[in-house]
Amino acid sequence: MSLGPDDVRKIAYLARIRVAEADLAPLAEELTGIIGWVEQLAEVDTDGIAPMTSVVAMEPTRRDDVVNDGGDPDRVLANAPDRVDSFYAVPKVVE
Amino acid sequence: MSALIDLTIAAAAAGLDAGDFSAEELTQAHLDAMAAAGDLNCFITETPELALDRARASDARRKAGDGRGAMDGIPIAMKDLFCTEGVLTTAASHILDGFTPTYESTVSAKLRDAGAVMTGKTNLDEFAMGSSNTTSYYGPVKNPWTRADGKDLVPGGSSGGSASAVAARLAMGATGTDTGGSIRQPASLTGIVGAKPTYGRCSRWGIVAFASSLDQAGPLTRTVEDAAIMLGAMAGHDPKDSTSAPVAVPDFRVACAGDVKGLKVGIPAEYTLDGMPDEITRLWEQGRAWLEEQGAVTRPISLPHTKYALPAYYIVAPAEASSNLARYDGVRFGLRVPGDSLDEMYENTRGEGFGTEVQRRVLIGTYVLSAGYYDAYYRKAQRVRTRILDDFTSAFQDVDVLLMPTAPNAAFAMDEKQDDPVQMYLNDIFTVPANMAGLPGISVPAALDKDGLPLGLQIVAPAFDEETMFRAASAIERAAGFDHVPARLGGES
Amino acid sequence: MTYVITGESGDWEVVVGLEVHAQVISRAKLFSGAAADFGGAPNDHVSLVDAAMPGMLPVINWVCVEQAVRTGLGLKAQINTHSVFERKNYFYADLPQGYQISQFEEPIVGEGTVVLDMADGSERRIGIERLHMEQDAGKSMHDQDPSRTFVDLNRSGVCLMEIVSKPDIRSPEEAGAYVRKLRSILRYLGTCDGNMEEGSLRADVNVSVRPVGSDELRTRAEIKNVNSVRFVMQAIEHEAERQIDVYEAGGEVIQETRHYDANAGTTRASRAKEFAHDYRYFPDPDLLPVVLTDDEVAAIKAALPELPDEKRERFIADYGLSTYDAVVLVAERETADFFEAVAKGRDGKQAANWISNELFGALNKLDLDITDSPISAEALGKLLDLIAADTISGRAAKAVFQAMLDAPGSDPVAIVAEKGLTQITDTGAIEAAVDQVIADNPEQAQDVRDGNDKAIGWFTGQVMQATKGKANPKAVNDLLRAKLRG
Ligand SMILES: [Mg+2]
Ligand SMILES: [Zn+2]
Repeated sequence: MSLGPDDVRKIAYLARIRVAEADLAPLAEELTGIIGWVEQLAEVDTDGIAPMTSVVAMEPTRRDDVVNDGGDPDRVLANAPDRVDSFYAVPKVVE
Repeated sequence: MSALIDLTIAAAAAGLDAGDFSAEELTQAHLDAMAAAGDLNCFITETPELALDRARASDARRKAGDGRGAMDGIPIAMKDLFCTEGVLTTAASHILDGFTPTYESTVSAKLRDAGAVMTGKTNLDEFAMGSSNTTSYYGPVKNPWTRADGKDLVPGGSSGGSASAVAARLAMGATGTDTGGSIRQPASLTGIVGAKPTYGRCSRWGIVAFASSLDQAGPLTRTVEDAAIMLGAMAGHDPKDSTSAPVAVPDFRVACAGDVKGLKVGIPAEYTLDGMPDEITRLWEQGRAWLEEQGAVTRPISLPHTKYALPAYYIVAPAEASSNLARYDGVRFGLRVPGDSLDEMYENTRGEGFGTEVQRRVLIGTYVLSAGYYDAYYRKAQRVRTRILDDFTSAFQDVDVLLMPTAPNAAFAMDEKQDDPVQMYLNDIFTVPANMAGLPGISVPAALDKDGLPLGLQIVAPAFDEETMFRAASAIERAAGFDHVPARLGGES
Repeated sequence: MTYVITGESGDWEVVVGLEVHAQVISRAKLFSGAAADFGGAPNDHVSLVDAAMPGMLPVINWVCVEQAVRTGLGLKAQINTHSVFERKNYFYADLPQGYQISQFEEPIVGEGTVVLDMADGSERRIGIERLHMEQDAGKSMHDQDPSRTFVDLNRSGVCLMEIVSKPDIRSPEEAGAYVRKLRSILRYLGTCDGNMEEGSLRADVNVSVRPVGSDELRTRAEIKNVNSVRFVMQAIEHEAERQIDVYEAGGEVIQETRHYDANAGTTRASRAKEFAHDYRYFPDPDLLPVVLTDDEVAAIKAALPELPDEKRERFIADYGLSTYDAVVLVAERETADFFEAVAKGRDGKQAANWISNELFGALNKLDLDITDSPISAEALGKLLDLIAADTISGRAAKAVFQAMLDAPGSDPVAIVAEKGLTQITDTGAIEAAVDQVIADNPEQAQDVRDGNDKAIGWFTGQVMQATKGKANPKAVNDLLRAKLRG
């Protein structure tokens, strides 16, 4: 699979990473190299093999339905780049 | 007092118990060493006041007969991937500018509660993505080991700051995290011990996530016994992490004293690489002989899907990372680069905040999960992962542990291997399979190469059998008698 | 009952499927220990996990799993004992993780059925495609500041059930009945409070149209987040008309997300770029698969309450109710419980009549729910006992009922005593009154003797008036017949 600049532009938007127009082509080449290398997995026979879901078998913790967290807005807002009262603030979203 | 920084954790604990020196003195000796080793760039943040406060508290506890065991009063360095309450936490990324957690990771809290004295937060590859510690926003870390050409060498990565700090006697032990080899590979390149326990052994709560299904915390120390002591303080079930295993933590230190008589050691044929230095092959042979001399039985075994572990890893890890790193969006913490719209703010923040390697992996991860490619890449890689685990499972029906090299090379110069990402990824070729299968692995320093640089041997054990791993690692350590130190510390080379 | 829209080119029908988001009743959130209840000061019901701080991890609230299973069983659906949480990746200000934890390939509940009782007495069965658990998002406020949007994460991470119907719905009425019935079942189960104003229940409505007689499924539009039954019905009407106009003008309907504007009575396309939606689902590596044993499912099933359909059948069988009365009474669990408390050991039909007519009428006027009724089920039962024992007449009973409404908590027996409404059961006294009325009205008496039945009614009225309504009308009637016809 070969990626072009348009593919990289689309992926970069999905990932919300600003990539300069001039960097699209070299990045496309680099990603094509990596993707080409991982494609050797196609050699592996995986018919009837289940994809791994958890690497170590264990019983998951089942949390009780108890309120024991929250109630401290400053704790979650302490590092906010922009806040107004107890709200996070972001550039205005036009719906 | 300079001898204090040369002590092992075990010896320092004994000295503290005997009253030979105080935790404050021990801590101060390490703070002094840190101050003198700024050129290594091991630390992103140093916390001397906090360290001295904790050291004094430790002394007070011991005096009152309330000592908390072998880690009480021991100066350690914390990889800057562990969130620490009130102390800047960066993951070596610009995007976490100014982030001061209001919480303490489970592992660092356990160490703190065991009395360990955190002296600072160590440098790493940005978001733990790298094998050379050259991707840090805070600059590269230098390996204290040097070779004849005098070039600055990498310490390996991603826990490069932790590894260099322990190797250079700036800390008695340090925490690391290992997603594809990030504890074991830098341990090998800096001549120290690095242990990655079984996935689920240490809580991931409060550790900045790279790849959730692979990340595991573990210790970097100068001896196997120290690693066992420190892991004992880090491990344990955490109900705040769904993937933390509800299993008891045995006394790993006891395991180090055991012998290897009758231990069945598998030598996996697939752990060789074209162009791998002969010295590494010979060292591997040597390791086999050392174990046999002590009564172990070695036999060749096959792990047929080994060569696919690395490419599968480079699908799974970036995919998880692309999602895990979505929260770095400039809204609730860290860097925000303004933009005219929400989307522009996101793109600007993440474009400036993430370095090249992180961006590269996020883009790969986004691509392999995107519509039309998921089955061919992500699902395929997870199927391959099942086959890799199956390989190990059947091998462990015949043998108790596996022996292989830790890394395909010794420390290299900072300007080597940087051009081709795939070449760089090959650093982890021998460490990644254990992550893909969730297995515990440890690197033990075994010899110096022709350039006078350390090389490690690796032991991999079945899930939750760290005891056997430590037992075998101790046997290697005893036989190797590795007592070299970097030249800057007065070593011979 | 079929819903047909006549366009210029011919007759059209609508094909509708609903995705209902129902907030699970639980104290804490799906993956954190912060409070799940509605409201709270901004960012007060928010843990480090809900704010997606670095290194935070989800741990499942098992009660949410049980609630989803309970709901699945209530929808007569397949329960999947192995289900998987996945991440749905997209960026938005009120989605702190950058992904929503949801279920995708392996939901906890599979196919089921909801039975609709239509106004004309017919039944319609609507298929359920699946039910899955997921996290709610936070709330963005766009109108607080000229240049910024404010974000409150109180709802972030609250457990939702997304209940997806098959495209079996064929009219706005059916869609309305479906939402009402679903809401009723959820409330019976205690898995969702069904409060549409607070957003505990909201619907995404998938609408397409096709010519009557065709069985193709054409491109659908999804109308997001419709928050009342009335709006669901209106949105379908407007969207169907829009699509028919598009087709009849020679155009094609495109698959897109739209919003219903209740004020304008139209749907409009949302501005989001369509190519932006590539959610990159993959199993959440922070969570293990949700695994239930058959015993656990059986235990939840054994503890299920009686649901509206079964209750309706039982009310018809045990109390002799009409289907219509039974459907009305079982719609709300509280109403059904009230009815049953009144009807137990009494005349069920009579109880149903008093509740459906008198009590519902009065509550409507007072704008009260049955749970706030000024007349308790016990008190209403006592009133029915007084009627059954002939202690009061039906007419007096209405007066007593009014007095009970006026004085909440009052005892009908006391009211009857206080107002002296006890029927005259002394036949002598009634007979004297009857004799007097006959003596006073000889002409009408002759009419009765000549066979005019209407006149008997007139005499009865006169006697009742003379006794101030206290005489038992049946006793009066019997005496009149005996004296004038006997
Ligand atoms: Mg939906
Ligand atoms: Zn949904």
